[in-house]
Amino acid sequence: MSDLPLIQADRAVPPPAATPTTGGRRRRLRLLSRTDRVVITLMVLVPLLLVTAFIWLPAAATVVLSATDWDGIGPLNEIDFVGARNYSDVVNIYPPFVPAIQNNLLWLAVLFLVATPFGMFLAVLLDKELKGSRFYQTALYLPVVLSLALIGFVWQLLYSRDQGLINAVFGSSIDWYGDSNVNIWAVMIASGWRHVGYIMLLYLAGLKGVDPSLREAAAVDGASESRTFFRVVFPVLRPINVIVLVVTVIESLRAFDLVWVVNKGRNGLELISALVTQNVVGEASRIGFGSALATIMLVVSLVFITIYLATVMRENRQ
Amino acid sequence: MSTATATRRTGGEADADAPAPRRRLTPLRLLLHGFLIAVSLIWLFPIAWAVLTSLRSYEYTATNGYVSFGGWTFDNYVTAWRTAEFGQHFLNSVYITVPAVLLTLFLASCVAFVIARFSWKLNLILLGVFTAANLLPQQALLIPLFRLYTEVPLPEFMSDSELLYDSYWGLILINVAFQCGFCVFVLSNYMKALPRDLYEAAMVDGASVWRQYWQVTMPLCRPALAALATLEVTWIYNEFFWATVLMRTGDKFPVTSSLNNLRGQFFTDNNLVSAGSVLVAIPTLVIFFMLQRHFVRGLTLGASKG
Repeated sequence: MSDLPLIQADRAVPPPAATPTTGGRRRRLRLLSRTDRVVITLMVLVPLLLVTAFIWLPAAATVVLSATDWDGIGPLNEIDFVGARNYSDVVNIYPPFVPAIQNNLLWLAVLFLVATPFGMFLAVLLDKELKGSRFYQTALYLPVVLSLALIGFVWQLLYSRDQGLINAVFGSSIDWYGDSNVNIWAVMIASGWRHVGYIMLLYLAGLKGVDPSLREAAAVDGASESRTFFRVVFPVLRPINVIVLVVTVIESLRAFDLVWVVNKGRNGLELISALVTQNVVGEASRIGFGSALATIMLVVSLVFITIYLATVMRENRQ
Repeated sequence: MSTATATRRTGGEADADAPAPRRRLTPLRLLLHGFLIAVSLIWLFPIAWAVLTSLRSYEYTATNGYVSFGGWTFDNYVTAWRTAEFGQHFLNSVYITVPAVLLTLFLASCVAFVIARFSWKLNLILLGVFTAANLLPQQALLIPLFRLYTEVPLPEFMSDSELLYDSYWGLILINVAFQCGFCVFVLSNYMKALPRDLYEAAMVDGASVWRQYWQVTMPLCRPALAALATLEVTWIYNEFFWATVLMRTGDKFPVTSSLNNLRGQFFTDNNLVSAGSVLVAIPTLVIFFMLQRHFVRGLTLGASKG
């Protein structure tokens, strides 16, 4: 996990190029010299080819492969299409699939219902510009600079059965990372620890952008602080809310690093992302089958990416 | 430049500049401070505990338990550095991160410039193609990409595997492709906020498109580029998945992914694990504390409305 996708466009951005008419656009194009047109083409084409070759074509190929029985070794022209068989296999005869779906949903629920509101709550408190606010902020978003893989290691120092702090303090002997009944909760706490700081930062930025006169008006009308927040401030933050929702969904779908460093996503830590990786990198190499799993991820994420883009573009145009 | 003024107000930095409003310390405020201090300490604790553990000897903690005082030593760092060959792994991270960040910023700024400077109907689609690419789950691309990497040959002087697979180039390219979307998105927003008269004037002076990009736009984008560079360095340095699946030779792993190998070696010794973790965290922590303003600005770039 490396990419914390971002926020919406700046509303203050002027509408692009004062919407020229078709004629105007043509005139402008003709103003460009031949070299200029070549330069513009290259400036777009090179990055576009890179992103197409490394991201979009593989994504499309994943969807195609999910309908085949390819084992990853034979030549591509010997591929047999098997229709939806891989999908029915995934659902019906693949034991880790249901736990993985459950874990992914649990992950989403915890990030969304616990970590996100808590991050928002902290942002509201810190928006009061208290003394020492900088210290609080720094402490809270410090985990955001660490990689999730590293966070897995740092928390092992608390979770380890024989050498961990938690067991030492409470005299228990629970193997927090190893016991399949508790380990999903243990990694989610570590993951939430990081998520809270990020959400807090997003909302803090959003809150600072809220027009102060809105709050003053509410105060004049005698609204209480919490009433002002829920009735006035929160609705204004709508774009940020959508972005946070999408970010949270995508983050929980992409969750991978943490469970992989703990036990490669087995024994209680099944996630769809880990199952895909196991099917490709591991001994199994069941390409068609793994692709079906990957396609499920792709479809879910594309739904939310579309919501995200629609929000962002709408903000952009205003 | 509304974006510049807007971003300056975001994040934690603004508080330091503004005179803190002096208010009486009511019991409610005291409670608030107490709560925030408690949460901050809880948040810092795992990191502090890792540092503390790394500075104690295994023998001492093994006999006296981890909740004890004493056994202070730097040996864990020495041992971790030697056995895990951190020097080599840090170097690998540099080989991958530096070119990847520079290339990402260059390519992304090219696309962003065209999107922001010229108004064609394809702009929105282009923006969507790049931004969405950054949000796809990496695992969903893995299978074809893995096959592609094992098929594409590289000359031996570029990669001793003679393939894109298991080479620094392969990792640089996939990181660039993945991170471009985010940078295109941020930079195009930033560039759209630049005054258009600038380009009119440049056109009148006969400046070519390339000059408008390189000598007019790029210098003005310095704040955004600095923020993005800081962020991208930490992200690509922290990248774990691609290196794990697209590399094979242990010696070539960047430091974040080499962590997983260390785990085996350090399995029984948490003091060593913590020393290794601290070593891996140091570069990002240094960047964070030195360039905190850029880092925070990058994360919230465009978040507030001017």
